[in-house]
Amino acid sequence: MKLLTHNMLRSHVTGVTRGFPLLIRAEEVKLSSVDFNQDFVTRMIPKLEWEALVEAAESLGHGSNLPRELETGYEKNEDFLKKVHHVLLEVEVIEGALKCPESGTEFPITRGIPNMLINEEES
Amino acid sequence: MRFMFLCSGSADGSVQLCQENIGSTDGTRPKLSKDEKKLLKKQAKAKHILLKHEGIETVSHPSQSLVVANGGLGNGVSRQHLLAVLERCGQVETLLMPPNKPYAFVTYSSAEEATKAYTSLSGQEICGGDSEQPITLYLSFVEKVDVKEVSPPLLPPGLIVIEDFVSPEQEKTMLESIDWDTDPSIQKSLKHRRVKHYGYEFRYDNNNVDKDKPLPGGLPDFCTEALGKCLQRGLAKHKHDQLTINQYEPGQGIPPHVDTHSAFEDEILSLSLGAEIVMDFKHPDGSVVSVMLPRRSLLIMSGESRYLWTHGITPRKFDVIQVSERQTVGTVSENSEALTLNKRSTRTSFTFRKIRHSPCDCAFPLLCDSRQTREEKSPPQVGELGASTLEREYVHKVYEDIAGHFSSTRHTPWPRISEFLQSLPKGSLVADVGCGNGKYLGINKDLCMIGCDRSNNLVDICRERQFEAFVCDALSVPFRDGSFDACISIAVIHHFATEERRIAALQELIRLLRDGGKALIYVWALEQEYKKNKSKYLKESKISQAASSDAAAANPEAKESLPIHTNRTSFHSQDLLVPWHLKQTNKNKVTGTHENKEHDPSSVYHRFYHVFCEGELEAMCNRLSNVVIRHSYYDQGNWCVVLEKQ
Repeated sequence: MKLLTHNMLRSHVTGVTRGFPLLIRAEEVKLSSVDFNQDFVTRMIPKLEWEALVEAAESLGHGSNLPRELETGYEKNEDFLKKVHHVLLEVEVIEGALKCPESGTEFPITRGIPNMLINEEES
Repeated sequence: MRFMFLCSGSADGSVQLCQENIGSTDGTRPKLSKDEKKLLKKQAKAKHILLKHEGIETVSHPSQSLVVANGGLGNGVSRQHLLAVLERCGQVETLLMPPNKPYAFVTYSSAEEATKAYTSLSGQEICGGDSEQPITLYLSFVEKVDVKEVSPPLLPPGLIVIEDFVSPEQEKTMLESIDWDTDPSIQKSLKHRRVKHYGYEFRYDNNNVDKDKPLPGGLPDFCTEALGKCLQRGLAKHKHDQLTINQYEPGQGIPPHVDTHSAFEDEILSLSLGAEIVMDFKHPDGSVVSVMLPRRSLLIMSGESRYLWTHGITPRKFDVIQVSERQTVGTVSENSEALTLNKRSTRTSFTFRKIRHSPCDCAFPLLCDSRQTREEKSPPQVGELGASTLEREYVHKVYEDIAGHFSSTRHTPWPRISEFLQSLPKGSLVADVGCGNGKYLGINKDLCMIGCDRSNNLVDICRERQFEAFVCDALSVPFRDGSFDACISIAVIHHFATEERRIAALQELIRLLRDGGKALIYVWALEQEYKKNKSKYLKESKISQAASSDAAAANPEAKESLPIHTNRTSFHSQDLLVPWHLKQTNKNKVTGTHENKEHDPSSVYHRFYHVFCEGELEAMCNRLSNVVIRHSYYDQGNWCVVLEKQ
């Protein structure tokens, strides 16, 4: 699971109001190398919950000194965009779990795949 | 259903029994003719299939008993018809016709008579029930036949059927007095039957009535007599004030349902006029009781049978019924000694209900909408329990088991789906809900696509291909509201067992979209031939056209009364099970014998589908909030829409 995916996920446990962001309990994190596409990263940023991204990256120890608040004019800041690229696409959680911030429900991540089924009996 | 393939193979009439007889009259043993060889070959194949698929062992020496391949209720052959054919060869002691099977067992009083049947009836063509195509019988000896006595199940508690409740004269008057709605828009909404409401309009969108809006005129006069009789005999506690008249042609039905608890009081009365019918009742634990409702009988559902059991009519042209209880009330057992087929005719039901003005206080909260809290965004619906079990057994588990083989057959992206993905602006964030093996996740490198699927094993395959994907249910997708520029749902919605769930799955897709975001939805179409063009699905049929229509017509019904579809033929029902013949793609597991060509029964999996008829997908989308249909089309056997969130 890349942090880009994590940024789109929320808890869907019944009764949860916001359920975002999901806490990450990482047992294995993998860093990979993905070709940098400045245009792609620039277009992704407005779709993100910025603060959640920074928090998630920091919780994994890969914060890359990203600012807590998104600064204007980032489109032209290649250095910044490379950092965002790294955090979004190159940091992957392989083993661990996602935890609902409200109900505490945990969703396991195995071989890089979160299992978001609510009732395991149903799987 | 392999027999059907066999028998239709001989539908060219090349198997002629008389040739065999000519050969034996002059006492010589001529070389086997081509046709005789063909018959022997087919008989051998039928024996092989019986063993492989049904575990029926045949023997080569004569005995009293025979298995009659193709001569089964499942092939539309009735007991009377088969018996008449068999009795030509001798005295029949027992004839067992297991429900829904394409074969029967006959025991003659002597081995000589059985031998006579074996030599003269193998390859014999008889008329099938429903189809124009004749059915060819193949007989083989069996050592003995196991008779399993099954007593008919009990009626669901609270269910009463009263025979001859209305007189033939009264029936005639009532049928002639119905003022059918001629408004095509009303009739179009129910494709499976004709319907007319009195007293209050029953709304099919919320399965309820507008209690404040009674229809002018109340209940019609032609019902007064029957209703009065109910009150007089103490069969009804209150005066019923809503009437729904349904007319079912042979082949039509009504999906299993429980009448909404909060809408109506306890007793629901239903008159069957014009013809008898078999109605299926199902308990949430899965037990099914089929009940014969004779012509002019009154059905009363109260208590458990009204609140907890679903009732429905399977769309088909024949009912499997008890021989002894033809035209009389009773439940239909699995007892293969006494079953036959009954051809349906037009039945008109008069269903009387009493509008409920206070919340339901029944003893069956499981399916009670008055008890369910309003907080949930998609309240569980009547029949929900059955639907999720069905999906678990016939969708989720199946994909999990066939994932590898399934994926190996899903490599070519469909052009118009690729086109849609190519048309999206660069940097669009796209969700593929029900992504399968991820064949669309890498179509356009300028998009950011995330997939999800119910099957672990399919998501594993996505992951191996370096795609982002996770496991979830399409009814509850853990993405933030309004976070996606587009989403696709390809061949997913048709796996949900009820309309409520299909709509909920669509609504969930829309929830993910930002305003202006687009969704592309593909579902399998009932119509596999459109504007005179056969879909690729049909074109790839290995069966000749005559054969396929024959096979489909006599398709037996199976588990949960859902029909099992014959692959590469047109559909005959909207809700059905589609077989998947699992091939071991793993090279280590291939044994390399010719036996492998025949499918091991354990390798056949059935997937549940609800195939959509023309207009159905659009009608569903029109019921979603915040969405407009931008485009709808037919693409290679699928109905497709592009939606835009407003």
